[in-house]
Amino acid sequence: MKKALSILELQEKFTSGELSVEENTQKIISEAKNSNKEFHHFNEISWEKALQKSKELDKQLKARKASGKLFGIPVSVKDCLCVKGVESTAGSAILKTYKPLFNATAVERAEREGAIIIGKTSQDEFGFGTFSTNVGKGFQIPLNPYDKKRSCGGSSGGSAGFAALTENTHAGIAESTGGSIACPASFCGVFGFTPTYGRVSRYGLMDYASSLDKIGSMAKNTQDAALMLESIAGIDEKDSTSLPNPVEEYSKLLEKQPKELKIGIIKEFFSEGIDKKVSETVWKALKRLESEGAKLEEISLPLNAKYGIPAYYLVAMTESSTNLAKYCGLRYGNALNLEGSFDEYFTKVRTEFFGEEAKRRIILGTFARMSGFRDAYYLKAMKVRTLLIQEFQQAFKKAEILASPTMPIIAPEFSKIEKLSPLQNYAMDLCTVPANLAGLPHASINAGFEGKMPVGLMLTGNYLQELQLLQASRMIEKAVQ
Amino acid sequence: MPKLKLDEELILKVAKNSRLKLSESEVKKFLSQMKEILEVFDRLDEVDVSKAKPSFQPLPVKNVFRKDNAGECISQEEALSLAKHSKNGYFKGPKVVLE
Repeated sequence: MKKALSILELQEKFTSGELSVEENTQKIISEAKNSNKEFHHFNEISWEKALQKSKELDKQLKARKASGKLFGIPVSVKDCLCVKGVESTAGSAILKTYKPLFNATAVERAEREGAIIIGKTSQDEFGFGTFSTNVGKGFQIPLNPYDKKRSCGGSSGGSAGFAALTENTHAGIAESTGGSIACPASFCGVFGFTPTYGRVSRYGLMDYASSLDKIGSMAKNTQDAALMLESIAGIDEKDSTSLPNPVEEYSKLLEKQPKELKIGIIKEFFSEGIDKKVSETVWKALKRLESEGAKLEEISLPLNAKYGIPAYYLVAMTESSTNLAKYCGLRYGNALNLEGSFDEYFTKVRTEFFGEEAKRRIILGTFARMSGFRDAYYLKAMKVRTLLIQEFQQAFKKAEILASPTMPIIAPEFSKIEKLSPLQNYAMDLCTVPANLAGLPHASINAGFEGKMPVGLMLTGNYLQELQLLQASRMIEKAVQ
Repeated sequence: MPKLKLDEELILKVAKNSRLKLSESEVKKFLSQMKEILEVFDRLDEVDVSKAKPSFQPLPVKNVFRKDNAGECISQEEALSLAKHSKNGYFKGPKVVLE
């Protein structure tokens, strides 16, 4: 990972007059434009909008009116979040040409804190993937900055890839449904944070699965990610599932270490199915925490390990099949010439512009909620979900934070990914899916390297324990450094 | 509980309901992949859920209302600006009743 100034360090340069916001913005835009030819981390670079905003911010600086947690900071936004006036497609051809008339709440809040939106990061179409290889028709697959033959992870692949690659200060707004922030953070060696379900408003997010989607942050370090999170979190009247609890100043409280932190080591995620070198690297990083005063205790999540994948995929596919029903080439996005009946036209548009994985999930999800089968599949998965949540709550009686590898492997080569069946693809989400299904906050932190490729360590906290989770992440960050 | 008997006919029926047209090769490919996936979904039958209520949300939320204040709304012109087909201030869609 290339080093860069932290958000606070860059902001000092702005206030001291050493660097103007415009100069800095020009620097990162030109870097992004160049690197994008090779790495495809962006679907769209909003350079005009970014430069215009940077000039406004410089004026504020001159008038000594500069304020905002993200003042002057270049921010990338995963393509599935609406940015006003900037093409936003969720990586799908069906939304090509769509320029939203409004900002997602997370984007609006980041901008209000002085963020400069530099572009939309690439992803699996609607988030349907683990490797960012399921991009929509006509989109390019993001490449891992450590090795271009390997995946960035998914589905927030462009977000993590650029966070690792850039020499400039940058924070990303990313999104996770089943592990789409943690997985790419792990493969690209950056810090990815997914908060409690409802902590960040989903307004303006192109839904994948409404009861699972969570917006979070991606950055080179814990402090920058914490600043991003506290800027975008909080209740929003436009999202009835957003949580009313007050948002803490995570970034200021980050260095305070929790006393006698108990970390539960999830037994099942250090055994079969996990690359031995990955679990060894993660284990070594955790052992270092013991010398910092943390207590490690083995815990077991047998139900989550066994039934997490089927319960998650059933819920995710069922909800996504309903969410994708609205795309029909009528009011926005890609369209064809108006020919034939309603049904014929919609079928033609959807068949032409949805990618293969989107079609597979729409069909499987529609199966699972068909009359007569809904109870056997969707409802059953929702009941199993309750038991999986209860199992987590039992574990949190023994430890405040749970730890495991983020992914069972290091970033795989594209040639190997091609050979995986859809089911083998889904099975890669073994460690990330349970926390996501339960809506629990979780983070992926770089734990070290296997060869030249980064290995991610995943920490999961209890509901709304973002601060504690960030503090524990910071402990690991320091221990590994 | 009734389970699906997955065959080509059923895939085509669901595809039609989902407004998707699949080629013959897609149907064949999806059929074998989906059979494999449904087998894994069926593992959930091993779990006793007789005492569990479904979790439609991970965290329970109830009675969420906002104040009944008028807010800003996009104009008709703006709304139509994103559509490829519009006429006389309306979205223009395909025919509902064919002659």
